Amino acid sequence: MDLYSEIILDYYKNPRNKAKQSDAQSQAIEHNPSCGDIIEIFLHFDKAGKVDKATYQGNGCAISQAATSMLTEELIGKNKEEIIKIDKEEIYDMLGVPISPGRVKCALLGLIATKSAIHKDK
Amino acid sequence: MNIKKIQAEFPILKRKINDKSLVYLDNAATTQKPNSVIKSLTEYYENINANVHRGIHALSEESTAEYEKTRATVAEFINSKSEEIIFTRNTTESINLVASSWGDDNIKKGDVIVVSVFEHHSNLVPWQELAKRTGATLHMLEQDDYSLPENTKLLAITAMSNVTGHQPDLKKAIKNAHAIDALVLVDAAQSIGHQSTDIQDLDCDFLVFSAHKMLGPTGVGVLYARRNLLENMRPYQYGGGMIKTVEDKNSTWADLPEKFEAGTPNIAGVIAFRKAIEFITNIGLKNIRAHEKTLHEYLVEKFSTHPEVTLYTSPNSPVISFTLDCAHPHDIASVFNEEGVTTRAGHHCCQPLMRRLNLPATARLSFYIHNSFEDIDRAKIALKKTIEIFK
Repeated sequence: MDLYSEIILDYYKNPRNKAKQSDAQSQAIEHNPSCGDIIEIFLHFDKAGKVDKATYQGNGCAISQAATSMLTEELIGKNKEEIIKIDKEEIYDMLGVPISPGRVKCALLGLIATKSAIHKDK
Repeated sequence: MNIKKIQAEFPILKRKINDKSLVYLDNAATTQKPNSVIKSLTEYYENINANVHRGIHALSEESTAEYEKTRATVAEFINSKSEEIIFTRNTTESINLVASSWGDDNIKKGDVIVVSVFEHHSNLVPWQELAKRTGATLHMLEQDDYSLPENTKLLAITAMSNVTGHQPDLKKAIKNAHAIDALVLVDAAQSIGHQSTDIQDLDCDFLVFSAHKMLGPTGVGVLYARRNLLENMRPYQYGGGMIKTVEDKNSTWADLPEKFEAGTPNIAGVIAFRKAIEFITNIGLKNIRAHEKTLHEYLVEKFSTHPEVTLYTSPNSPVISFTLDCAHPHDIASVFNEEGVTTRAGHHCCQPLMRRLNLPATARLSFYIHNSFEDIDRAKIALKKTIEIFK
C-alpha cells in the first residue's frame, strides 16, 4: 500500500485554502486528542446559501491536513443540506488510498469540523 | 544473552506486517508474550480451571495453590511479603484502589497531593479527582524538583517516564516525603521489567505495576502496600471472596490479601504471570538492562546522523521518543508500519509533559529482551524512508 500518494503529499506540502476568514459565517474547531491534530474550518455562503469560500487552519499529520484541504475545494457551491450529507466514503474516495482504522479520525477530522460548524449555525 | 534464542521464544515475532518480518518496538505500551506464558494460559484452561478459594475439590485446590504461588513469586520479585501483594486488573486500577480506599479516608481539605510532571494520566487523573472530592490541593513537581509543600500527605511518582525514560531520584523524593510524614506511591509500570525493584531498599509505601509490561498477560495488575496500611484501608470493591462473615445487614472483611480481591479474579492470567517473572529472572534484570543500554547507544548513534531528528530520551533508557522536523508523528508511525516496524505515536497519555516539551505528539521506540541491532537497522531504514517522503 502507498498511503502517501503524490496527491496527498502535494496537498500536505502545498495546502490549498489554508487561511483564516475574518468574515466567516460558520466556523468550528475539531481536535484529535490522541495526536494533538487540530483543524479550524471557516465557511462563507453566497446569497443563495451556497459556500463561496471555504478555508481552514490547523496543524497535524499529512492525512488530516491533506483531507481537509481537499475537502475545502469540494465544499464550494454546496448548500448546508448537501454538506450535512457528505459521508466518510466520499472523503476516502477523495484521498484515494486505503485508510486503516487507526487513521480514520485523521481522515475525517476536517469533515467533522465542517459538520460541526454547520450544526452550530442552525 | 543469546538474542536469536530469546526471539525464538516469542511466537508473534514470526509474523509478517506488510510482507516484512515484524520488528516490535512498542514495548512501553505492552510487551509480547513468550511461549511459556502462552502455554500456561492454555494449560490452565485445559487442566486446572476452577475458581480459587472456593471448593475443596482437587481442581479448586490446584487452582488456588497455583494462583497463590504467583503471589509469592511477585512478593519475592520486589522483596515484600505475600500478603502485601494485591492482584488488580492493571496499574490504573491499583492506583484507583489507593485513591479510593486510602485517599478518601486520609486526605482532607487543606492537604496536598503531589505528583511529578512525568506522570502517565493513570497516575494523575485519579489524584485530580481525589483532590476535588476532598478539597485537597494537587501540586505538580517539575523535573529535578523534589521539594514538597507543607501539608503534603501523598507523593505519587513514576519510577520511569514512558515518554523519555527519565527516572526521577526516587530515594531522594521518598526521603523528603517521609521527613514530613507523607506517604509515597511509586508507579513502577515502566521500570518493573527493566531493572530490579526492592521495596525495602526503596522504602516506598505503595508500588503499582502491570503484568503485561513484563511479558505477562493483560488484565493482571499488582498493588504492593505496607501491611499496616492495607490493614487500615477499607475494601475497594465489595462482594464474594472478600468477606469473613455476612449477616443480613452487615458483613466483616476477609484477611489480607483477599479483603481487596472481591469477585473471581483473572486466575489464568495471574498463574501465567509467574511464567513471565521466571522468564525475566532466568535472563536476569542486570543482563536485560545492559542489553537495552547497548541498543540505546546504537539507536541514538544511528538516528543522530539525520539532522531532521530530535530525540527525547534519557541515558541508557529503553524508551526513546523522537520527532522529525518534516513529518508528524502519526505519519512517522504509518511509514514505519509499512516497513513492518511497530512504533507508537501520540501524547503517550502524558499531556502535562507534552505541554512542557511544547509538542502535540512524539513517535516512540521502546526496547525489550528480544530486540536486536537488526531491529534498529530496520527502524533506521524506516526513518530514512520517512524523511525521503516528507522532506
